[in-house]
Amino acid sequence: MRDFWQALRRNRMGVIGLIMIVLTLLMAIFAPLLAPYNPKERIRVTLDSIYAKPSLEHPFGTDDAGKDVLSNFIYGARVSLTVGFFASFISVVIGGTIGLISGFFGGKIDNLLMRFTDIVLVIPDLPLAVVLVALTKPSLMNIIIVIGILGWTGTARLVRSQTISVKERKFVLRAKAIGAHPLYILRNHIFPLVLPLMIANTVLVISLAILNESALAFLGLGDPSTLSWGQMLNFAFTRGAMSSGAWWALLAPGLGIVWLVLGCTLLGQGFQQILNPRLESHHLQKSEMIALEGSHVQQATG
Amino acid sequence: MTKLILRKLGWALLTIAFVLLLNFFLFRVMGDPTRLLKDPRLSQATIEAIRVRFGLDKPVINCFETLNPIKASLNACGVNPFNTQFAAYLSNLLKGDLGVSFHSQRPVAELLTERLWNTLLLIGAGQILAIIIGIILGLVAAWKARTVLDYSALVGSLTVWSLPTFWLGILLLFWGSNYLGLPLGGKETIGSGLTGLKRLGDIGTHLLLPTLTFTLVFIGEYMLIMRSTVLDVLSEDYILTAKAKGLSTFQILKDHALRNAMLPIVTIVALNLGFTVAGAIQIETVFSWPGLGLTIFEAVGRRDYPVLQGAFLLLAVSVVLANVIADLLYTFLDPRVRLA
Repeated sequence: MRDFWQALRRNRMGVIGLIMIVLTLLMAIFAPLLAPYNPKERIRVTLDSIYAKPSLEHPFGTDDAGKDVLSNFIYGARVSLTVGFFASFISVVIGGTIGLISGFFGGKIDNLLMRFTDIVLVIPDLPLAVVLVALTKPSLMNIIIVIGILGWTGTARLVRSQTISVKERKFVLRAKAIGAHPLYILRNHIFPLVLPLMIANTVLVISLAILNESALAFLGLGDPSTLSWGQMLNFAFTRGAMSSGAWWALLAPGLGIVWLVLGCTLLGQGFQQILNPRLESHHLQKSEMIALEGSHVQQATG
Repeated sequence: MTKLILRKLGWALLTIAFVLLLNFFLFRVMGDPTRLLKDPRLSQATIEAIRVRFGLDKPVINCFETLNPIKASLNACGVNPFNTQFAAYLSNLLKGDLGVSFHSQRPVAELLTERLWNTLLLIGAGQILAIIIGIILGLVAAWKARTVLDYSALVGSLTVWSLPTFWLGILLLFWGSNYLGLPLGGKETIGSGLTGLKRLGDIGTHLLLPTLTFTLVFIGEYMLIMRSTVLDVLSEDYILTAKAKGLSTFQILKDHALRNAMLPIVTIVALNLGFTVAGAIQIETVFSWPGLGLTIFEAVGRRDYPVLQGAFLLLAVSVVLANVIADLLYTFLDPRVRLA
């Protein structure tokens, strides 16, 4: 674990991603201190306060209801993060369990579970999510569950392949030979080795969940009682921000989503580079001139 | 080989069967669709009439829903034991009948076919552009690996990947309609009376921004896949041999790197179909492009369940079929699979 942290610190993409996520988290936690206004507070709306331009009073302008966009934006981070974390938790638990069982037991169980995974993988998620949320009530809880139960297929495949490679290692075979219970092996030998990859995958699943939540909210299937970034964009788009030229109502929430998703993507990529180092050099590069002059073997092994 | 193809077709059929079941159960078991017609202006009699008209008064799958032996003999379906909603759903599907829209009272199948072409036009244009540009960028990025060019292409594609599709669309729409004089949405100028080439040009200007959005959203992923595959290929020893033979960099990239990287591109295009559909829904909604995606958006807003159900079925089945085609194509393209 300490080695992992050291490697992450040397990975520039990973560090930048981590900083981006931590900043967003801090903003969400300290929202009441940072936001100039409380979005739940009732305000007196005048014609001038609707889609008001950015000013000292409202640095990001106001929205269709005359509310401060900056405050909505700061509080909106809470919703996106909540959906991202909980939905990806559901996905990773389902995907991880299926992947571990499938990879570890192999044979018929593996075949059955992987076929099921393939079937779910091929069904387009957004239309299915739209149908599921439209048929139930669009509450935050339902949205989290729907995104969670649709997003596990990638994790299942990844965990399965890692489990298969781990279970052939000597110490696992040894434990098997001395008669350890399969569940014991699974929990004490295999799971710890699959876990780092699962964590790396979780970060990427979070980014997908956040994107899905924003898309659902934009399509009018967000929780009406919470103002997520996607919901802010939906309100701005459907309530005339385009025609009033109110770019400020459209810019901040979108940038928030990009910031958070990019942070997760960078951290996830960083994790993957650490766990699965790929030879990032090849025979058409300039450095190869040296390689051709004798250190070719060294380069190939390095 | 034939066995392989048959097995793949078999799995596709099974998947489609699963989609059919899912589609039926979601809309019938998760709730009687008319119960969701929560319009207080509808009287109980009207709701009952709608239930009868759409066959919702029949039992869902099983005629013998009661365990009481006396009642069971007089099953809930009347004389015909197949007079259930599920049987009606399947037989209507076989006839190509997807029901009638709650909103416009038009047959759903007719409504969807009309809009399918618009979606195919948008997806086709967007994907082809994204694939071509993505391949070129990925090839260059891998060739110039670990240079400023490579890093900026990498960061660029990760950023593009992180953009919510609909938001990128909104930004482009805002920019295009305010500064470039491009249309605000739709497929063509309504009531312009244009014909022939002029009409095509009009549709083209309407298609410009949605296609651009589509392309930008997908370039990043194709570039990343291409880059990593080409990196793999370029570190193979046969590239060294090719270089020793005196082939130019362009020839090596074209004949070795590009050809070998085509297979992963086919796979990723197939795997991306789900995302493509998701992209189409969002982009069509932003640009009011009258395709299947906009149909879904409108159906959700109007609580028009037959249309929603039909559109979901059509999208899911098309994605499954397209996947099989890609899978078979892959089999033919890869000599290791073809000759095995």
